Amino acid sequence: MADSGEATAGGGTPRRDFLNLVTASFVGVGVGAIAWPFINSMQPARDVLALASTDVELGPVAVGQAVTVMWRGKPIFIRHRTAKDIEEARAVPMSDLKDPATDQSRVQKEQWLVMIGICTHLGCIPLGQKPTDNKGQYDGWFCPCHGSAYDTSGRIRQGPAPRNLDIPPYTFTSDTKIRIG
Amino acid sequence: MLRTSLKALAIVGGLLGASPGAQAAGESVAPPNAGFSFNSTFGTFDRASAQRGFQVYQQVCASCHAAHLLSYRNLQALGLTEAQVAAIASQVQIQDGPNDEGQMFERPGRPSDRFRSPFPNQQAARAANNGAYPPDLSVIVKARPDGANYLYGLLTGYEDPPAGFAMGEGMNYNRYFPGHQIAMARPLNPDQVEFADNTPATVENMARDVTTFLAWAAEPELEERRAMGIKIIGFLVILAGLAYAVKRKVWANAH
Amino acid sequence: MASGLHNSDVPNPVLRWIDQRMPVITMMQKEYGSFPTPRNFNYFWNFGALAMVNLMIMIATGIFLAMHYTPHTSMAFDSVERIMRDVNFGWLMRYVHANGASMFFIVVYIHIWRGMYYGSYKAPRELLWMLGVVIFLLMMATAFMGYVLPWGQMSFWGATVITNLFSAFPLVGDWIVTLLWGGFSVDNPTLNRFFALHYLLPFVIVGVVFLHVVALHITGSNNPLGIEPKGPQDTLPFHPYYTAKDSFGLVIYFIVFAVLVFFAPNYLGHPDNYIPADPLVTPAHIVPEWYFLPFYAILRAVPDKLGGVLLMFGSILVWFVLPWLDRSPVRSMRFRPIARICFLLWTVSFAVLLWCGGKPAEEPYVTISRFATAYYFGYFLVILPLLSRIEKPLPLPESIARAVLGAGALPAGAAAKPMEKA
Repeated sequence: MADSGEATAGGGTPRRDFLNLVTASFVGVGVGAIAWPFINSMQPARDVLALASTDVELGPVAVGQAVTVMWRGKPIFIRHRTAKDIEEARAVPMSDLKDPATDQSRVQKEQWLVMIGICTHLGCIPLGQKPTDNKGQYDGWFCPCHGSAYDTSGRIRQGPAPRNLDIPPYTFTSDTKIRIG
Repeated sequence: MLRTSLKALAIVGGLLGASPGAQAAGESVAPPNAGFSFNSTFGTFDRASAQRGFQVYQQVCASCHAAHLLSYRNLQALGLTEAQVAAIASQVQIQDGPNDEGQMFERPGRPSDRFRSPFPNQQAARAANNGAYPPDLSVIVKARPDGANYLYGLLTGYEDPPAGFAMGEGMNYNRYFPGHQIAMARPLNPDQVEFADNTPATVENMARDVTTFLAWAAEPELEERRAMGIKIIGFLVILAGLAYAVKRKVWANAH
Repeated sequence: MASGLHNSDVPNPVLRWIDQRMPVITMMQKEYGSFPTPRNFNYFWNFGALAMVNLMIMIATGIFLAMHYTPHTSMAFDSVERIMRDVNFGWLMRYVHANGASMFFIVVYIHIWRGMYYGSYKAPRELLWMLGVVIFLLMMATAFMGYVLPWGQMSFWGATVITNLFSAFPLVGDWIVTLLWGGFSVDNPTLNRFFALHYLLPFVIVGVVFLHVVALHITGSNNPLGIEPKGPQDTLPFHPYYTAKDSFGLVIYFIVFAVLVFFAPNYLGHPDNYIPADPLVTPAHIVPEWYFLPFYAILRAVPDKLGGVLLMFGSILVWFVLPWLDRSPVRSMRFRPIARICFLLWTVSFAVLLWCGGKPAEEPYVTISRFATAYYFGYFLVILPLLSRIEKPLPLPESIARAVLGAGALPAGAAAKPMEKA
């Protein structure tokens, strides 16, 4: 961009006088101001941000079943938990957990578990949504990439993943309908 | 040196000056200047007018003309609240899908949806309009020479054909449409819409408002662009002074 | 100093370590620091640097636009408008890129004009000049393909008309056109390949610009007097003198650029290109972008298809042989009174062609373009060779220093000091 010539333009004298300093700082500000639009243009565009919510009808999901929906290009795991699932999740002592969180803090209605279905290790999608999937030894989800196992509350119990599966922001817009985002 | 610089400027000026000649001539009548605020160098959009213009678009134009590059959420830039935008969006049915059964379905619109198009495709639009295609209005003001004045002229330019003018079947005479024969019947009639702010719904007012709305739709960045331009050019003018001073100082040593 | 290392005198030890192994700092110092440059440049000599900066701006904005653009006939137009509306600063990127193309041609036209006026194409700078013509041809190809990408009406019909030019060639013409299209008309395959090539060619331009600069730094720059520097008193180190002067010119250029981008972003464009491409409807008057208008006028001035195409290509190809058409030993038009007038008339003929190119192909524009075309070629093919023989140039100054500083400013005998070859 604007040549750095100003910074030392004194006909070879090392003295940096006021004029050169002011000019150089103007050039610096200008170059910085040019860089910002380029960087910012790579952030999500306004239409991408506007598509940030998804409505899901929960009615057809029977007890014990799970569905996967898309939200912001990511899979959202929704499991209609059985009483056994809930009981298991709530029986775990906090000391057994790598990332301690109560089951109550992870659900809004205890039978509906809504999570972002992305392993917190390196971003693979854990198995456990389909009845035939390997759910791992904690009866929740199992990530085939590096062997992380999650329980029926989506909490990390075994393997390299550092955190529980994330909970997206969502609200119940009716008894059987949620809006994610 | 001054002489050569002037020569350079003259060349640039010549190049710039030559380009508007590149625009369509045809047998059209140049529309008069309607004095839109946004057409002046530092002008902005009249928000109230643009909001009324949206109402005209929605109640009159939208039955035939799409504006598919706009989203309902964009209306917030005209000063509507999020709730108003959501209410406007929810009044239309948007096709979505496929659902889990593989069927397309209709649902109420959301602010993130694009404006609903009146026809699913160009062929359907032509079929419903005697073979004439009502163009998409999203960028219509950018897509016509002197777009805003032209549009205002077109909307207010319906009149009786001069004696002896051969009109085509089903065509309408318009003073500013190229060739004067337009398939669209006079779209605006007095008191066709009722403005909430009690602005009289004359043809001129409605035309002015809908043109303002469409000018905003075509160039929603216009105000931000001009505001940024003033700052950047101001900055550059100061920098030019500094650079010239530095250059003078450096060259003082050259002799 | 270990053998094989470059003998660097960079003070900073880290930079010296690098410079010893890869002497780019020494090279930059030699080519852009102490590089001996004629002391009498006027502001026309800014335009090479401006063109370089403009190329960088085009590449930077182009790369970021490509991150958001979709090269598909059904999505290209909407994706460009999405850039304008939804992408952060997308409108700025696109308007800088679109108007940057115009600025690039303004800058390069002035740069070429300067080369012609001051005889920069003459020996020993013939290859430098020819590389410049190659850059210009590559720029034209890049600009043409870039204009197709938004897939508006002018994009589509411009692409159709320009690719159809090649059908004028006998035997292979249709084969070439189908090859360019990748189909039976301008369509999605065409758009895709134009996008790929539009992304590639700027980097080819960078390569040829590098060669252009290499050639420049062998022969050294020409100057407004057109006489070679005879000694150190005729030159100044490039830095700080010309870095300072170029920087000032650069800021002025940015101001002109900013006025276009922020206050008249569509002034040089055509409204029809905001109408999505429609293969069934040709716009009433198709015109190329303004910078192609002179050549478009030459094309239309000829009633024969092949003849028009050949003359249009010939109008640029003739620049390649300009160093051999103009055999006058005097470079600068300042000292060639007759050639100067003929050249200024040539400039007028170019401007007239530019103006005619934007007008419909009807009278009187066709006749005017014919006269202008005749003069355009006549200047190169008749006037310059003839003047080389008969024109009596004005006396040349003894040296640059004497012309610039005046005889009194020089110590006795300084003008006779021999030039140290850089």
